[in-house]
Parts: sequence; C-alpha cells; structure tokens
Amino acid sequence: MGIIVKNITHIYSEGLPHESVALDDVSFTIEDGQFVGIIGHTGSGKSTLLQHLNGLLKPKSGSIVIGGVDITSPDCRLRDIRKKIGLVFQYPEYQLFEETVEKDVAFGPRNLGLSEEDIALRVREALALVGLPYEEIKEKSPFELSGGQKRRVAIAGVVAMKPEVLILDEPTAGLDPKAHKDILAMAEKIHMHEHNITVLVSHNMADIARLCDKVLVMDKGKLVFSGSPQQVFSDEKRLTEIGLSLPPVAEFMHRLHDKKKSIRPDILEIEAACDEICRFLGEKG
Amino acid sequence: MIRDITLGQYYPGESIVHRLDPRIKIIATIAYIVALFIADSFIGIATAAAAVFFAIAVSRVPISFLLRGLKPIFFIIIFTFVLNLFMGSGEVLVTLFWGLKITKNGLTTAVFMAVRLILLIMGSSLLTLTTKPISLTDGIESLLRPLKIFKVPAHELAMMMTIALRFIPTLLEETDKIMKAQQARGADFESGNIFHRAKSLIPILVPLFISAFRIAQELAMAMEARCYHGGDNRTRMNGMKLAGRDFAMLVLLLLFLGIIIGERYFL
Repeated sequence: MGIIVKNITHIYSEGLPHESVALDDVSFTIEDGQFVGIIGHTGSGKSTLLQHLNGLLKPKSGSIVIGGVDITSPDCRLRDIRKKIGLVFQYPEYQLFEETVEKDVAFGPRNLGLSEEDIALRVREALALVGLPYEEIKEKSPFELSGGQKRRVAIAGVVAMKPEVLILDEPTAGLDPKAHKDILAMAEKIHMHEHNITVLVSHNMADIARLCDKVLVMDKGKLVFSGSPQQVFSDEKRLTEIGLSLPPVAEFMHRLHDKKKSIRPDILEIEAACDEICRFLGEKG
Repeated sequence: MIRDITLGQYYPGESIVHRLDPRIKIIATIAYIVALFIADSFIGIATAAAAVFFAIAVSRVPISFLLRGLKPIFFIIIFTFVLNLFMGSGEVLVTLFWGLKITKNGLTTAVFMAVRLILLIMGSSLLTLTTKPISLTDGIESLLRPLKIFKVPAHELAMMMTIALRFIPTLLEETDKIMKAQQARGADFESGNIFHRAKSLIPILVPLFISAFRIAQELAMAMEARCYHGGDNRTRMNGMKLAGRDFAMLVLLLLFLGIIIGERYFL
C-alpha cells in the first residue's frame, strides 16, 4: 500500500492577519515497505505534513491517496484511515492517561473494536516490540515510569493498532544517548517485523542516513528535494543553505575530499569511511 | 470551535484606539457597561450603539471579528430575549398557548435586553481586541493600586491574570495536540450519547491536567530563577503615561455619559 501525495497545500488561519502557508504544493510518493526520513528545520512544515497523512488535517487543495483510497475526499471514513496509519506525535508520553500501562496500550486497539482476546494479544505483542517486559510492567501506572519507558509505552499504544504505515515524529527528542539508540533500534525492529511503511522525522542526520531508504527535505512548506540518502547528502551547499547539515561521517568525508580529491565524499557510514580511508592510505603505499 | 472565542484575543493594529492608555480604556469600558443599563429609551440605546460602532470604525478591527465573539453567547441572548418577552405586564399584544402572553412592555424590555447584551459583548470585546493582555493587566494593576490601603494584593492579582491570559493559548494548543494524539489512536469525540461523550473526554482531560501542572511548576521555577519576589519596588520597562489622546477620550466619555444620564433623568 503505497502513499501518493499530490500537490497538497495547507494554510493556517486563512483570512486572518496572521495567516501562514504551512504546506505549499507538496508532492511525493512512498512505496510499499520503505523506510522514509523527513528532514527540515523547525517550522518547515514537517508536522503539518504528517498530520495530513492520517487525516487530522485536511489540505486546502491537492490529494493524498493511501493504498488506493483518497483520504481527502469527503466520503472517506477517517476511522478506517487511522486504522491503517499510526501517528506517534512528538513527546508522545504526554498523551498517556490510563491507570495502568496495559489499559493505556489497549486504548487504540479497543477503539478499533477488537475482541478482548485480540486486544490482550496485541498489547502483549506491542510491548514486546518496544522492548518492555510485559509481566513486570502491565500493572504499573504509566506515570511512575522513566521518561524513556513512558515514551515506549506511548509508541506501543500506536504499534498495538498494527498500522500499515507507522509515522514517528521526532521519537528521540529529549532522550539520553542510550534511550535514543534504543528507540531507533526499536523502530527498525518494528519495521522489519511488521513489513510496514515507516516514516521518521528527525533532526539527526546520522540516524536518517543510516536508517532510511528515501529522504524528503522540507523547507518553508515546500518539498525542496527527495531521493536516497546518498543523493540528498551529496549536496552539502544546498542543505546548509536551508539550515540543515550533513551526517558527521559525510561531513568528515567531504572535508577530506576537499583536501585530497581522490577520496570519495559520498560515504555515510563509519565502516565504509574506514575502508575508504584505508584504501586511500594503501594507495599511497 | 475552540478558536472562535474572541474574548481575550488581541487584534494587532496601530489605530488610536489601540494606542490609548489601557487604564482609560478599562474605565471607559466599565462606564460604557454601566451606561448600557442606565439607558432605558430608544435614544439612549441608540447613542450607546452609535458610540461602540464609532469606536469600532476608528479601531479598524473588522466587524466580522467582533461578530464571531458573539457566537458563543448567542444562546444566552436568545434565552434572555424569550424570558423577557413573556415576563412583561400591561397591554397584551398576543396571547399564546398555556396562558403565555406577549405584552408591549415585555417586547420592549426583551429587545432592549438583547441589544444591551450584544453591545456589552461588543464593547468589552473591543477592549480585549485592541489591548494587549499584558497592558490590560498593567492597567488593572495600576487602577487597583489605591486599594492597597485596604490590603488588596493588586500586583499579585494582576500577575495571576497575566499568567492566566498568557497560558490560555498554550493550554489550547496543548488540548489540540492531545486531542489529535488521541484521535490518531482512534478516539472518537463526536458520536455517541452524552455519557459516552463525557467518558471520551477522560483521555484528553487527564493528560491536560498533568501538562497544566507541569507548566505551572516550570513557570514557577523560571520566575524564581529570575529573582521574582512579588510586586514591591518593581519598576516597568514601559511606564504608563497619559497623553493628549487619553484626555480627549475622557472628554468624549464624559460627553457620552452626559447624554445617557440626561436622556434618562431629564427627558
């Protein structure tokens, strides 16, 4: 089930003195099973775009077709859309509300109208996928957990709905390096396990370069370019102009390339960078 | 829906109404509201209406903006109108079922009351639309200062109001975010009977309360970190000083009150 976004435009506070164009003629496609990264500085329209993908916002013009269904048409049932598309907001731990972790994770599946057995099954599975010990944690209040654990519970709440598209809006914001790593490893694991489309918004270029098959770059409500991480991160000048940067490894390779032209700059991973440097050193003897 | 509430929303502008001293505007608004209830004839109400429409025209706030503010209290206006309509005594115009009758006296009271309420909301909306919340509370603080003799904590009251006003948009934004997050998890706030709907608010209210407490705690910490210790000896960056336009406004206000009172007691 691919996603085809065609020429969508969204304007906040239209007609008021403080109206602002949040999305300006954005078009792209996402294919089945892709892991897609969205980058862009704060206020570039990333969050607005994500909210369009599961029908929380309606575009002023343009269309969004997900798995053959046009979700912008008025007779489309949003409930069915939300069943297919799971959106995890920034700081999702602030949406927890139930008395126990188990009940909170069950909220989504219950809204889907599943049977009690199915719900219990999904809660168990989702908590396992986000790496939390089910038996130990199910009776705890979500408010007594640590920050990283809360976030996992919140993500489990969406994963339990088994969405065909999982959207994560800056899932690692405000976490320590270990929790950061764990959350991304978890996203990768869920992607492998569920064979879904995963959309990741992040300010961490290294994460995007490592995880994604395709990268979309947003600037001032426009999609400025898209492509594989290699393509996107090859144009350092353009990225810097819109307030973004290269992943550290790529930046390092670019600097080396500036000094020694025979070193390839288009490398994003540490391993490959090591190989390239060794190759260069070996060449010199 | 949440965004329709005009009260407490600032409409940016540079008009003379925007630049008036907030104290003058507050006094004028209070005087205007009192005048609305003193006026009890067609001439009085018409003068009051003319005054507020004149002020709106000068302020260049679009009338549609003010009308939007009326929407939430539309029901109250209708209710008051209907209630007054049947409560009058004297000459009977129409008799309806159940012995309900509309009298001439009732009809005039009902119309006057409805118009008064509309003007009242428009007048006070104009105050908040043309005055930044911060200057509004500064004005209130300054007006309450004489009451310090009676141990009225003017500064603290003003500070609480500033904070409350300041955090309305923040909390609305927070509500919006939480609602969207729960909707993304399949929550449904629109359908079902009243019990079902009330229950569906729990996933919004619990996180909202937690957020509100968190925000309050962070704010208190930030204020303390900047050595806030109450109102004593605090100076302001923009001191309030009455200008020529403020005295002109006072003269206009007195003129207006003169007409209203004159019309009521001497005509």
